[in-house]
Amino acid sequence: MAVLALVPLGFVATYAVAIGPAEAWDLVARPRVGMLFWNTVRAAVGCMVLCAVLGVGLAFLVERTDVPAKGLWHGLLVAPLAVPAFVNSYAWVSLDRSWTGYDGVLLVVSLSYFPLVYLPVVASLRGLDPALEEAAWSLGHSRRRTFLTVLLPQLRPALLGGVLLVGLHLLAEFGALQLLRYPTFTTAIYDLYGSTFNGAAANMIAGVLVLCCLLLLLGELRLRGHQRLARVGQGAARTPEPVRLGRARVPVTGLLAGLVALALGVPLVALLHWLRVGSSTEFPVGELLAAAGSTVGLAAGGAVLTTLLALPVAWLAVRHRGRLTTLIERSTYVAHALPGIVVALAFVTVSLQVVPIVYQTTLLLLAAYAVLFLPRAVVSVRAGLEQAPLVLDDVARSLGTGPLATARRVTLPMIAPSLGAGAALVFLAIATELTATLMLSPIGTDTLATSFWSASSDLRYGAAAPYALLLVLISVPATVLLMRRERIAS
Amino acid sequence: MSKRVIATALVALAPVLSSCGLLGGPDLVVYNAQHEELMTEIVPLFEEETGLEVELRNGKDLELANQLVAEGDQSPADVFLTENSPAMSIVDNAGLFTAVSEDALANIPDDYVPSSQNWTGILARSTVVMYNTGSSSAAEMPESILDFADPEWEGRVGFSPTGHDFQAIVSAVLEAEGEEATRDWLEGLAANGTVLDNNLVVMQAVNEGEVEAGIAYHYYWYRDQQEAGDNSDNVQLHFFDGQDPGAFISISGAGVLAASDQQENAQRFVEYLTAAEAQQAMADSYALEYPLNPEASISGDTGVKPFDELEPPAIDPATLNGPKVTELMTEAGLL
Repeated sequence: MAVLALVPLGFVATYAVAIGPAEAWDLVARPRVGMLFWNTVRAAVGCMVLCAVLGVGLAFLVERTDVPAKGLWHGLLVAPLAVPAFVNSYAWVSLDRSWTGYDGVLLVVSLSYFPLVYLPVVASLRGLDPALEEAAWSLGHSRRRTFLTVLLPQLRPALLGGVLLVGLHLLAEFGALQLLRYPTFTTAIYDLYGSTFNGAAANMIAGVLVLCCLLLLLGELRLRGHQRLARVGQGAARTPEPVRLGRARVPVTGLLAGLVALALGVPLVALLHWLRVGSSTEFPVGELLAAAGSTVGLAAGGAVLTTLLALPVAWLAVRHRGRLTTLIERSTYVAHALPGIVVALAFVTVSLQVVPIVYQTTLLLLAAYAVLFLPRAVVSVRAGLEQAPLVLDDVARSLGTGPLATARRVTLPMIAPSLGAGAALVFLAIATELTATLMLSPIGTDTLATSFWSASSDLRYGAAAPYALLLVLISVPATVLLMRRERIAS
Repeated sequence: MSKRVIATALVALAPVLSSCGLLGGPDLVVYNAQHEELMTEIVPLFEEETGLEVELRNGKDLELANQLVAEGDQSPADVFLTENSPAMSIVDNAGLFTAVSEDALANIPDDYVPSSQNWTGILARSTVVMYNTGSSSAAEMPESILDFADPEWEGRVGFSPTGHDFQAIVSAVLEAEGEEATRDWLEGLAANGTVLDNNLVVMQAVNEGEVEAGIAYHYYWYRDQQEAGDNSDNVQLHFFDGQDPGAFISISGAGVLAASDQQENAQRFVEYLTAAEAQQAMADSYALEYPLNPEASISGDTGVKPFDELEPPAIDPATLNGPKVTELMTEAGLL
């Protein structure tokens, strides 16, 4: 698996070496690459900051204040995960074409991505011991000061992890940015690929993009540090005293409602509008069902395969710690730093040269999905394994249960929820994947995402609407699963 | 528990496995870069007539052409269809086509068949300038498409360099004017122009006055006018004349892959596309592209400028050089 995960990176690196330093430099050091770099960086930084503010602010409001109907707000704030960023962009752009460029990216993409920060921060807030904050208050710290100096540092790992995800998503984002007419490295690679396939320019830009991703990963590692944040001893779980909003309750509730209206209301209104206006004449039920079927099939198959592959990786990393196993685990993260288009390019080329028989088969597409989304499953499965006490395995073995039976009867049930969460994350990612699917899918396979794409890029907004709606609908169960898990974890 | 997991996995994988094509594939695989909508109209007619089953893999011109080259003998494709001819040249130069049958070639005038005779034109589209009627008039349009590189057009012209339509136009300029002139022209355009995503967006941008003029093909405007004119009511067309490179007629091509194991069916498909009946069906469709079979023509009711009134430059479609064009455009910072 580690080898498979390194195929794309090796491909990009080999290519850069093969064309030689002089030509490589010519292709990288040109004005357009500079423009793309600036666009990519400011979009990534802007969205990361906005999502951090939104994610932490909203999590605090829902978890730590007496805002009414918390459960409802929590659900509504996770729900944008079910609306792919490119569907959201389509909604804004199709209703008003001026939502393009940098401002559009900041608004629309942040509205799609903020749950990536919100979810881990909520989970982290629920796990914190309120005693630290109470100690700060007892020492005379104000609420604000306590928030900044006591609470925020404790949220750092969750916040940084979420923000890192936002950054990586943005570097790899294609559909949303293309619709918002905002060129970045990923959209440029796609355009160049369309013109030159395995061209030198496309591969060199991919190389620069990979470096950006690795920098982001390294930055997060440095910032995260080695501080221990776990509380020692379980203690008695207590609910922290909620902040009384008092007169601010109405405006704060209004703010939440406004945000939900922007994140969920706009796509909903746009979809209903285009369904009514555009699709009255044409509603291809057969094609819709076929696309939905292949989307669910690919996403489910990919989710199962990826989660199964994640199991041994996480198992080794947790139960057999060592330099080699850490290396194996980390190498799977490398592909996370690559956008679908680069992974697909590598798979097209390598499969044609090494194993042409799998070219344009579902197998190759599923393998690419596994490489792209393995880290999501590994993170989840690993967290589950870390929390499953090894002693229970030992007890089972000491009672004469064989290793396989132990795994089946003791370990698997304990980590089942995290397996489910990992699979749900992968399912969501595959259902909305666009670029690798466009390039690698077997002939005649249309997914909801690719059908939506071919309609919306021709400006046939009405024809695109039913596909977008179905895409949202099939994403709902996985999103509910993720939301539920947060509730269980609390 | 694990049994249930495995069972779930198998159930989930079942539709995937069955879509692998284990249950017998189609009779013909067509790599299609022509407009998807048009081909999903025409292919069923062919299937009905012949009882053959055709599978379309849709993509863009150069994307599919380069993919065919990468695939070589391994390609599952039997027929390749494009919107523009530079992509056909890429596949032809790689030696991947087999000669088009005499019957198909007899349907199409020699001008629209490359000298190699390894593929044939099926439809044609004319380059036009779209201009905003509020801010410009026909009289203000330049005499040559090369004039858009002049400083006076700074900030006033829109085009879609990532679109293969525009890249085909550049290949015509390259063929007619040579490398140096093309390089200068592209640099001027890069400095003057607003880069837009595709030809529809070009038309929208002209319609909304974002730019005064845009480079595109004729049918986008006529189609939008036939629908409701939402994106084109403030737009008029300017055709270049006098064999200017800007009057270039781009040809959609069809060719049979040499590696195909369905030679007979593939040739039959190309013959079908070039025959009068299918050509007239395409001319009567929403597409509004020009048919190339002399027995078919676009109805005068559509208002589309008649094919024989165009004054295109004389260019052998086989000579259009796609790779050189992308190289020059990358140099100019457009890609």
